[in-house]
Amino acid sequence: MATSVLDHAGAAGIHPEKTGLWSWITTVDHKKIGILYGASAFIFFLIGGLEALLIRWQLMKPDNNFVSPEFYNQLFTMHGTTMIFLAVMPLSAMFFNFFIPLLIGARDVAFPRLNAFSYWVFLFGGLFLNSSFLFNAAPNGGWFGYANLSSKQYSPGLNMDFWSMGLQILGIASLAAGVNFFVTILNMRAPGMKLIRMPMFVWMSFITQLLVLLSFPVITVALILLMFDRLFGTNFFVPLGGGDTMLWQHLFWVFGHPEVYILILPAFGIISEVLPVFSRKPLFGYTAMVFSGCFIAFLGFGVWSHHMFSTGMGPIADSVFSLATMLIAIPTGVKVFNWLGTTWGGSIQMKTPMYFALGFIAMFIMGGLSGVMHSAAPADLQQTDTYFVVAHFHYVLFGGSIFALTSGAYYWWPKMFGHMLDEGLGKVHFWLMLIGFNLTFFPMHIVGLEGMPRRVYTYPAGLGFESLNRLETIGALILGFSFLVFIANVIKSTLSKVHAPADPWNGATLEWSIPSPPQEFNFPTIPTVHGRDAYWEEKRNHGGKLPEPARVSGAGIHLPSPSYWPFLAAVGVLLLFIALMHHDNKFGPVYIFAAVSVLFFSIFNWVFEPFHEG
Amino acid sequence: MDAHALHPATSTGIPNRKLAIWTFIGSECLFFASLISVYLVYKGKSLVGPYPHEMFEIPLVTAGTALLLFSSLFVVLALNGCEQGNRKKFLGWLAMTILCGFFFIGMQVYEFTHFYHEGLTMQKNLFGASFFTLTGFHGTHVTIGVIWLITIFIEGLKGHVPPAKALNFEMAALYWHFVDVVWIVIFPVVYLMNS
Repeated sequence: MATSVLDHAGAAGIHPEKTGLWSWITTVDHKKIGILYGASAFIFFLIGGLEALLIRWQLMKPDNNFVSPEFYNQLFTMHGTTMIFLAVMPLSAMFFNFFIPLLIGARDVAFPRLNAFSYWVFLFGGLFLNSSFLFNAAPNGGWFGYANLSSKQYSPGLNMDFWSMGLQILGIASLAAGVNFFVTILNMRAPGMKLIRMPMFVWMSFITQLLVLLSFPVITVALILLMFDRLFGTNFFVPLGGGDTMLWQHLFWVFGHPEVYILILPAFGIISEVLPVFSRKPLFGYTAMVFSGCFIAFLGFGVWSHHMFSTGMGPIADSVFSLATMLIAIPTGVKVFNWLGTTWGGSIQMKTPMYFALGFIAMFIMGGLSGVMHSAAPADLQQTDTYFVVAHFHYVLFGGSIFALTSGAYYWWPKMFGHMLDEGLGKVHFWLMLIGFNLTFFPMHIVGLEGMPRRVYTYPAGLGFESLNRLETIGALILGFSFLVFIANVIKSTLSKVHAPADPWNGATLEWSIPSPPQEFNFPTIPTVHGRDAYWEEKRNHGGKLPEPARVSGAGIHLPSPSYWPFLAAVGVLLLFIALMHHDNKFGPVYIFAAVSVLFFSIFNWVFEPFHEG
Repeated sequence: MDAHALHPATSTGIPNRKLAIWTFIGSECLFFASLISVYLVYKGKSLVGPYPHEMFEIPLVTAGTALLLFSSLFVVLALNGCEQGNRKKFLGWLAMTILCGFFFIGMQVYEFTHFYHEGLTMQKNLFGASFFTLTGFHGTHVTIGVIWLITIFIEGLKGHVPPAKALNFEMAALYWHFVDVVWIVIFPVVYLMNS
């Protein structure tokens, strides 16, 4: 069993690097799973980006017929769904996977096989959603799937079936990962790593998992009801049968608003790691940062109806949700001032991750300010369903999340892959992205306030939208090009064969104390932590930079053994939803039974597998 | 064997798997809260019958509820037996728990079939849709719980659940309690509050 494999490896002097397709399918190593998340999510990000470019190409000139209205509906639905569920969330998951165990001084997550299961379910969910394009039936009812636009009557094809079931699959992945990281952060911390000493990225990730755990069950129920309506003819959201379409909006946004913080809190965490390192001083107001993060998450559950001001909820509900929404500006403001306070008086080092981090602060403030504008119900009634809203959420999602994730990518790349990314190309990437981003989205504020509606495939000439839309399309092309520069940078660094040192940035946290890339067991001996910024503390006590850590034999270190059952269980989940799509086929029940059997068979073998939890 | 070797020390002192099942239960609370909310929102909103007061057989469901409540006591006794290494107490009470679970599922299957013959389906009206969805998902949870407990029972028969591995059983027991607690909410909200 596990021990004998280890002894053999020990005899060879070092844990053998496991390679090949099979090793990736059976891996339970959090670092490999992190890389899988990152690679898959980046490909989905490129697909979502391509959809965005098609949208912008269509809107470049008035009365354009580059794409049909039907295909345009599919494009904006899949762009939103992809970017939220298949790009930003899993890109955050890449950092959760790779860095949470390293930052808290652990050898792996609490449940390595469950972690693999989460990844495979996520991947299959993403493929399931995107396979709809092959049937010319991509989801077309918006990422919010409003009832009764999404009902069988108004969306008769398979389009919204792919959507409702694809999101259920992705929800399973998120919930499994939520349980896993919640337990990992609480239970797997190295000795001395008290909660109030945890790096800010770990704190923000912890709050994110709580939001996932409490909000995803709600969307799951909404999606199940929609699925029942569409597959089995129930009337949950069908007004003719007494159903209430408002119920969908409430269930959706009770999930949907916390989801917004699921997308941005990891970004806050990344920025809070990058800014101190490149300002050469500890994070300003650590405790205030923790509590403002908690406060944002708490309020996040009480503001969902600000997405519904135009549905006529009445003055009391509108006022309450307006005020609650405005309150969120307070903890967010605390965070912004603490980031600025972190850089204040620091000896700032303008490396690429710092460029993106500072870009994040500026762009996020703009998105935050237009968010406060929406919170006033009367103003929102003017802005809703216009490009002003599109501008707002791209400033927080792209200007916020994507800038921060890119900053994290440049910051942590050397640790993940053992190569430095090129600084020159990185800065070209930054300026192209910043300029392209603002050219694309800033004019949307103006055309939005002038009344250009979102989600409409074209606009007539003569309303004054032409030149700004042309500018937006040029901006989008620059933005797309900036990511080609990033890809070029990745290729260049991979070919360069220049190995990154363990601690290229003079970092504050534990991941920099081990070689780049880390060995399979992460830490030869589990570190003991004596304060915040554990690695800075260690260097201070040592009186300067520590020597480069050597790669050591991992003989005797128990690691979780690989397993293919999580992969097969994920296949079972996918088969179940494919079978549900064919439920009215004559063999439908047989398909469903077969899929459930695969799922149960895999879970039983998983449970009874002789497994070393590490 | 000492407990330390089996459960590597965790930061909180709570074993990982125990914390995980509690976390999962926390998340499940929101799942059932949403389903119960949907039921309440649609209460009295059915456009056509059959209506709840024409359908429910309170005595039968009360019996099912009582069995489920007792099964929570039985599973506590079984876990106690498991932790003491008292095989007879462990397997005996576990068998009783599983039996109660079977009776409950049987009650629900009878109830669903009866309602179906009376003309209540998921498609018929909002009551049918929200009732079958809520109690159906609860029933699915009970079924999974029964399968889980049977697995523990078979392992126990083979002598694979010694006191040191009682956590394997405790997880199933915690889940069973949760499923029970959800029913304690569903029973009054759905069956008793409908006059």
